[in-house]
Amino acid sequence: MSTGLNDNEIISKVLSGDHQAYAIIVNRYQNYVFTLTLRMIKSREDAEEVAQDVFIKAYKYLADFRGASKFTTWLYTIVNNTCITFLRKKRLDIQSLDNEHVFATADNIDSGMRANIVEQKSKLAMVNDAIGLLGSDDAQIITLFYKAEQSLEEIAEILGLETNTAKVRLHRARTRLKEKMETHYTEEVKNIYN
Amino acid sequence: MDTTSYNNPEQGNQEERLWNYIDGTATATEKTLIEKLIESNAEWKEKYRELLEVNQLLQASELEAPSMRFSKNVMEEISRVHIAPATKSYINKKIIWGLGFFFITMFIGFLIYGIGQMTFTGGEESTLTKNISKVDFSKFFNNTWVNAFMMINVVVGLFLLDMFLSNKRKEFRKQA
Repeated sequence: MSTGLNDNEIISKVLSGDHQAYAIIVNRYQNYVFTLTLRMIKSREDAEEVAQDVFIKAYKYLADFRGASKFTTWLYTIVNNTCITFLRKKRLDIQSLDNEHVFATADNIDSGMRANIVEQKSKLAMVNDAIGLLGSDDAQIITLFYKAEQSLEEIAEILGLETNTAKVRLHRARTRLKEKMETHYTEEVKNIYN
Repeated sequence: MDTTSYNNPEQGNQEERLWNYIDGTATATEKTLIEKLIESNAEWKEKYRELLEVNQLLQASELEAPSMRFSKNVMEEISRVHIAPATKSYINKKIIWGLGFFFITMFIGFLIYGIGQMTFTGGEESTLTKNISKVDFSKFFNNTWVNAFMMINVVVGLFLLDMFLSNKRKEFRKQA
């Protein structure tokens, strides 16, 4: 199975009957889709289920993708909608989850042990953890911008916002991330800045 | 450690300008100004270094991976699913136009009916401009059905206007 094809070529193949070609799309974007769902849903188990659902929905409605935008922008719009539907069903607050309880749990761990764990963590793992501590909206926009390589215009399209609103939200999300890092990973951040 | 940057408007503005500079969304003039500030002002230089570090960490951060069976599970599931025909192919434009025609006809019908219900108390002078002030509009506008129908039409009109404007905006963005 060739993987040198671009998204539109693969989609054409799938639409013309080569259903197995869809596996290339799944393999290509599973980490992106899973990361995005995890950022919004927080539970790995649920995120994996929702990510599967996203790929199934995308397959089912593939004929509706007409190439007006990038395939990833279309796919991430499905991610956003599916996550929102899931969270509504679960009656979770999707606006801004206060993750202080995560730290309450973390604080219960013996401080020496915690220091040891933290020491072992790489800078990148710390960033990932800090993103995990953000509210769903903040984590989602940061992931879309940095990991899913979406422009502000594309993010605005995915989230149904104006470009300027997306820009402001991204600024706020980064500020909050920086604050989380500085509050909860003080020593590590000092080392990074120095 | 600063945790109040968002409560401090001056600092918030500084960060926002620096993020615009880092993202490459600042205008050419703003870019030159920020470059000068970074060179000449120690506070700006320090903040720029911090934000750049965060930016680099974010760019280098790793993606999460689902379980090993993820792809296989999806492919198994889609073997039971059929690709739906494109929405465009089953939404018949004739039906949409037909519905539009129906509403417009109904609207005109109600309008004619309403006008028919009005009392024209004109005298011998029969010019329209003179008679229009004598028309009793209260019967027309106090009719609940007419009011309800007018309201529906206003909502439909606003909806169509919104669709038209968002299409225009998309076209404008594409051209830009």
